[in-house]
Amino acid sequence: MKKSQREKYYQQLQKEGRLSEQDESVRAELEDDQLHLIAGAESDPDLPPLADLYSSNDYVMLHGMEPGLGPLHSSIRSIDDLLDRDKIREQDGFPRKIKIGKLVKPGRRNEEKVVVVPSTVEEKFIHDNRFLEQSEGGGGGGGHGDGEEGEVIGEQPVRQGGEGEGTGAGQGKGGSHDVDSNAYDLGRILTEKFHLPNLKEKGKKRSLTRYTYDLTDKNRGFGQVLDKKATLRQILETNIGLENLPKIDEIDPTKFLIAPKDKVYRILSREKDYESQAVVFFIRDYSGSMAGLATELVATQHILIYSWLLYQYAGQVETRFVLHDTEAIEADDFYTYYNSKVAGGTQVAAGYRLINKIVEEESLATDYNIYVFHGTDGDDWDREGRETIPELKKMLAYASRIGITIAEHKYATPGGTEVQMYIRRSGLLEQASDLLRLDNMREDSSEDRVIEGIRKLVSE
Amino acid sequence: MQLIDQKTKKIMEGCKERAWAAGLSFDEESLEYVVSNRDMIELMPKNMIPTLYDYWVHDVEVLKEKGKYELYPSNPYETVINTRPAISFYNDNNPDWLNVMIFYHVIGHIDFFQNNLYFRHTWEYDLAGQALADKRLIGRLRSEHGRWVDYVIEFARGIDNLVGYHAELAKYNRTGNGCSSRMDYYFDYFLQAVKQVTTSEYVKQVEAFNEYSAKHGKKLGEQAFFADVQKKHPEFDASYEKYLDKYEPDSPDLLQFLIDHSPFLNKDENKWMKSVLQIVRTTSIYFQPQIRTKIMNEGWASYWHETLFLQDDRIGGHEVSYARVNSSVTSMPRVGLNPYALGMRMFYNLEEMADRGCYSYDFRRLSNAEARKQFDRKTGTGRDFIFKVRENFCDFTFINDFVDQDFVDKNNLFVVGQRLNKERMTWQYYVRSRKAEAYRQMLFASLYHPPVIEIVPEKSTDGCLYLNHRHEGKPLVNEYIANTMLGIEYLWGNPVKLETNEAEVKAGSETNDEEGPQVTWRRVCYTMKDRQFSREALETDD
Repeated sequence: MKKSQREKYYQQLQKEGRLSEQDESVRAELEDDQLHLIAGAESDPDLPPLADLYSSNDYVMLHGMEPGLGPLHSSIRSIDDLLDRDKIREQDGFPRKIKIGKLVKPGRRNEEKVVVVPSTVEEKFIHDNRFLEQSEGGGGGGGHGDGEEGEVIGEQPVRQGGEGEGTGAGQGKGGSHDVDSNAYDLGRILTEKFHLPNLKEKGKKRSLTRYTYDLTDKNRGFGQVLDKKATLRQILETNIGLENLPKIDEIDPTKFLIAPKDKVYRILSREKDYESQAVVFFIRDYSGSMAGLATELVATQHILIYSWLLYQYAGQVETRFVLHDTEAIEADDFYTYYNSKVAGGTQVAAGYRLINKIVEEESLATDYNIYVFHGTDGDDWDREGRETIPELKKMLAYASRIGITIAEHKYATPGGTEVQMYIRRSGLLEQASDLLRLDNMREDSSEDRVIEGIRKLVSE
Repeated sequence: MQLIDQKTKKIMEGCKERAWAAGLSFDEESLEYVVSNRDMIELMPKNMIPTLYDYWVHDVEVLKEKGKYELYPSNPYETVINTRPAISFYNDNNPDWLNVMIFYHVIGHIDFFQNNLYFRHTWEYDLAGQALADKRLIGRLRSEHGRWVDYVIEFARGIDNLVGYHAELAKYNRTGNGCSSRMDYYFDYFLQAVKQVTTSEYVKQVEAFNEYSAKHGKKLGEQAFFADVQKKHPEFDASYEKYLDKYEPDSPDLLQFLIDHSPFLNKDENKWMKSVLQIVRTTSIYFQPQIRTKIMNEGWASYWHETLFLQDDRIGGHEVSYARVNSSVTSMPRVGLNPYALGMRMFYNLEEMADRGCYSYDFRRLSNAEARKQFDRKTGTGRDFIFKVRENFCDFTFINDFVDQDFVDKNNLFVVGQRLNKERMTWQYYVRSRKAEAYRQMLFASLYHPPVIEIVPEKSTDGCLYLNHRHEGKPLVNEYIANTMLGIEYLWGNPVKLETNEAEVKAGSETNDEEGPQVTWRRVCYTMKDRQFSREALETDD
């Protein structure tokens, strides 16, 4: 939302007297004029690498191999050992080193998807080049060819990949990864290692897999419909085998020997229908106040839920991603959802409203089980929840589960955030206890706590 | 992994002969292996050294973020490794002509490894054999000490980018200056740091010493001189001994310092850790020159694969296929850096310039552009010149000496800038500068350069280890500091302090494109004590 629009909204709230002690944080967000850029866009593989001498090597350049993808798979193979080892680290008094569920090498074009893998870094004292590259002044890379000084030689969209490819995308093409397979493994690990509940979703899993019946399978000897072409081929084969085919130009079909097994029929068979039956909305507050740990926590949790759902539903769940500050947008993919930088003010209602709109316009409620997972730091300019609660109520009418995670800032009083206050006050938590769950944790909570949070949100 | 078949090997032997004839020099033996993708997967995290020790991070890592190559000095892997004999790897389905091209490239690398002086310390032993011995040692230690071996590897690797590579290299060329250490101490430290004498007093002392030597000969003269010194400064001997106690022997880097002086590692039950540290240290030093000669090494290999391939009479008929592969290897990208292309063009340029005699006083005196262009002494020494460059330069000196305006203009090079266009929500790339100086600076900025971190003995009191990060305009990556220090504390056995600079970037919404962001530097001191991390701002002088 542009600053001017934000100001208008702010003044409206002020007029209605809905702002008070939280004024300070609101003002900070109001002044925040940054853009929701994609984090790490500078080092995005799609953008030409500006000054990276060391990414090219003989294997890429001469042999045409793609290096570096391997250990990823070998690590997944032994991920259980690695996690066990990581647990022991804690007992030995060292911090854990392996992070699971981190997005590591994402791409934004369609063929390059998000990678969700266990990862680790070898921490060393190294120079930090990032601080200069954040703004334009630093950075800089090599170039070759024509062009006057100052002349723009190409551009690259900041947010969208897809069609809009910029110039000279470097040769360093990231490997194509399938988010699903990696996330699926992660989901399996989560379920097994952290004993996440299998709950009713497990029961519903069957309902997700519809079967249709169709004459697609072939069977020899008996069946519903004779497949003439296949049968003829089979007969020919038999007769060649029997050497009953004297000369190629003197074929007399009446002399063919026909075995009962030669007849090929189509029979009715059960086909899995892979239409997905659940939609999960991930919604995340990306306002200015979410900067830092809060965003990391929410994003991490959403990756974990996402992975776990993929496992539970065997890839048959549809996911939608919504980002909101004072207004909401739908993100096309998990990459954009995960990596968009925080900026702007906060209005939870906007996000909920967008979800309601999507559900209504696409009439999702009739065909799908709908799940909503919302991550926020609990700030809301609309501190009474006057706009949020009605939207939430509307959502409760169709959703199978709404899980709200509040990542509380270090300076906040536990349980005292605006969102939590107004939801508690509304009594919805009690009225719709099986539909609405709320979990609050410190923004610097450990990964275990995050997983515990998932359990709270999804359990019976 | 298997040896390449005899037919291909024979072809490659033919390549070697042609390369020797062209003036390259390298060992007669080399090993060529055919590798599958599976093999590659296991080799890559180990820098392609099949015998490198096992370490769990190899199983997980390689998801390296772009621009984080400082983290992984493992990056310099080539298609050939610097062992004795040199080992190179091939796909099993390469056509012959491609193997010939790759092999010429490989020969370029081998020649570089075996002649460039920055590799001096790798000439005496075979890494593959050494690594195998190390791997067995680590395997044995693992069976005795279990996972603690991995912690020690982890912590040692945490500081293995700070190894004193240059100090190690310097050993090969250092001759003593003929002075005793007592004299060194007296003139270099005692007079200057302890007594802080004036320059004239210092010169007087030097003269006095020379007089004594002239009168009594070198040995007696020194004795007589120090007898005098003792009279003048009765505390000198005590001070000298104290100095010896504290500073000798000099450790070239943090890892070696820990091996020599760590109270924790020198306990009887922990002595085994020192061999692990030693392995990590030597392995790291071994790979240092590769990452410091990336542009030269690739340029040199590309220069030779092109030169030799085109002269090779055996592969006629594959020129087009070759040209396709070669152009993708050695073309200059519109945006970005390609060390193969850049290095190769530099060598070609050097050869041509030297042929014309441009590295001479006469040429440098010329300021007329046309005259410079026409200048040609037909010296015919271009080849010799690039061979000398290949022997004596590393990436930094190579760029610093030879990327000049003529080169930049000739190859149409420029520095690319990147800026955000908020209206269009795009990143725009533009030509920022065509000046050689700017291009050089951009190259320097992208070269591997680990931070300089020194031990400060004066501040290392009460058993604590005080480290100082010499500021070079960049902060350290903040997130990594705590855990790295945790590792050092473990290896040192006592608290560790690190003094460094933190950057505070003024994030104005409108940054001036040309000047860059405003940065204020704050000097801070981090402490790791009992695995607790703390930070303290230091008073700045200004």
